[in-house]
Amino acid sequence: MTAPQASQPESLVASPRSGLAVGEFCIALGALALAAVILWQTFEIPVSPLYAKVGPTVMPLFTAFGMGLLGALLMVSALRGGWQTEEEREATPDTVALFWVATGLILNVLLISQTGFALASIVLFVCTARGFGSRAIVRDALIGLAFALIAYFGFAKTLGINIGAGIIENLLERVFFGSTPN
Amino acid sequence: MHAFEQLLHGFAVALTPVNLMWCLVGTTLGTAIGVLPGLGPALTIALLLPITFKVEPTAAFILFAGIYYGAMYGGSTTSILLNTPGESATIVTALEGNKMARSGRAGAALATSAIGSFVAGTIGTLGITFLAPIVVEWALKFGPADYFALMLLAFVTVTAVLGSSAVRGLAALFFGIWLGLIGVDLQTGQARFTFGVPELLDGINVIIVAVGLFAVGETLYVASRYKSGTDEIIPLKGSLWMTREEWARSWKPWLRGTALGFPIGAMPAGGAEIPTFLSYFLEKKLSTKPEEFGHGAIEGVAGPEAANNASAAGVLVPMLTLGLPTSATAAIMLSAFQSYGINPGPLLFESQGQLVWGLIASLFIGNVMLLVLNLPMIGLWVKMLRIPAPLLYAGILVFATIGTYGITQSPVDLVLLYLIGGLGYLMRRYDFPTAPVIIGMILGPLAEQNFRQAMTISAGDWTVFFTRPISATILALALLALAGPKLLGLWQSFRMPAEPMGGDA
Repeated sequence: MTAPQASQPESLVASPRSGLAVGEFCIALGALALAAVILWQTFEIPVSPLYAKVGPTVMPLFTAFGMGLLGALLMVSALRGGWQTEEEREATPDTVALFWVATGLILNVLLISQTGFALASIVLFVCTARGFGSRAIVRDALIGLAFALIAYFGFAKTLGINIGAGIIENLLERVFFGSTPN
Repeated sequence: MHAFEQLLHGFAVALTPVNLMWCLVGTTLGTAIGVLPGLGPALTIALLLPITFKVEPTAAFILFAGIYYGAMYGGSTTSILLNTPGESATIVTALEGNKMARSGRAGAALATSAIGSFVAGTIGTLGITFLAPIVVEWALKFGPADYFALMLLAFVTVTAVLGSSAVRGLAALFFGIWLGLIGVDLQTGQARFTFGVPELLDGINVIIVAVGLFAVGETLYVASRYKSGTDEIIPLKGSLWMTREEWARSWKPWLRGTALGFPIGAMPAGGAEIPTFLSYFLEKKLSTKPEEFGHGAIEGVAGPEAANNASAAGVLVPMLTLGLPTSATAAIMLSAFQSYGINPGPLLFESQGQLVWGLIASLFIGNVMLLVLNLPMIGLWVKMLRIPAPLLYAGILVFATIGTYGITQSPVDLVLLYLIGGLGYLMRRYDFPTAPVIIGMILGPLAEQNFRQAMTISAGDWTVFFTRPISATILALALLALAGPKLLGLWQSFRMPAEPMGGDA
């Protein structure tokens, strides 16, 4: 069980159920912005007169208006103090943990096409484990490698999907399967 | 009896060594991911979707169904021993099951949930066997307008009725519908919402969205709340053999739970949460020892567990007969059908009889396997609960990444995966349900297709949805489902002023 942390005094969030809820306000704004983008992009879809009756824009228009209406309703709720439960509102997210996991994800995207998925997976694994409080970097790196290889042989070999090989993969293929990596 | 004969043919398909192997793999994997917190059947089936390019459809669906059923069994183990529900549908099991485990009766709690799951799963599968052909007969009369109405009903019920807020549920749904619209419109060939990115012309793969929301988003959320406090695993104590009294107190809740779970699951409303809650309150009301509720009443485990598994079986009825998925897992299974170029619906039973009946027969076999996997072999799964969270969640992210990256080896897909993961985190944090996104994404394009067909048939006459009796009835139901809870709430708040909700967990 995670104990809720004491909320920071600076935030407007601490005042219960009155006035503007910042987080919810941003979410509602995001929904309204999405509705606007959908609407704008819908008018970018060229419509052939042949299909004018129920062309490709009917459903997008419906979606845009639906999203807009829901965004407006969310906004009303946000302005009236938001909808989060008290427990969720009080809990401050562990930004350090989030930082580690996010770092792992970003490094993974940057590395995966350069160095192959094995090295990228190790980095992702170590960073995520660190985010969850693990400090044993060498152990995590080894387990991460094992996981990456299980996933590789599980997905690539059984499911027949091709994961681009990198430095470590080629080395291992050579060790286990002779010299021809595929 | 026609269905019975077909079922026998199904057994002939399901009992081949290869298909038995797929069933065993599916049920084992399903139990494992059900036990592990943070992994669910929707995510697992999504990651395994590429298998549809490799194996024949019958084998793939036997595997997927095994995972689906297995996760329901496995989830209850986690609820009972860890008090962290492995699956949303086993929240109620945690209420009484964990209390039983704390008082040294973990064995009995696990036994009643496994046997109850077996009873409910078997009766539920029988229900599919005999209900499905009836629904098929009825569904053959449906035109595109009726299908569109039915999909609207499903949209309303899965979002507005099941979640804590209709507005947030519908917002998630509309987001999913929009994701489903991205790509080339199949009828006119126009690109929609591709923002000039060529990778988006084929649309967004449902694997990316499901894995992003359920694996990446969930991991981010758990990380933000984790604070390295470890959950206490209660050691497995007490005999797995239930006493005579425990049997006597279990069998009626099993049957009542099944009777609640299957019909609710089979309705286009779907979802396993509602029947489990209903079953819990029903058992509390009917129990001869209501004072035990909240302190480990066996009825409170037996009933909801049965309801949960029976509704899982029920969900397969609209999925197979109407092509109407009402849970995230069913939606992903539907996309597996699409990947084979098979359209679930009334004609499926004619055109793919071997597949459908082989699948149904494998559900019976899978239930037997699951009973064995979850009772005599329970010790194995308890060990899995000891995997430390850092390694578990890091492993989930690595698997999610490799599974997604493998589809196209495109870093664009990974960026999209992580963006959707970030969105999934926000959705969890701000209490938006995530399943409607998947359902909207899969069902949205189908709804659009039916809408356009209906409009073409009626030559552009909008009233077609209200003049056809079937479609008009379904639309009226949808409206009722949307407005009903609110009216009921108003009526109740009018009748009895603010009574706090029961249930202590």
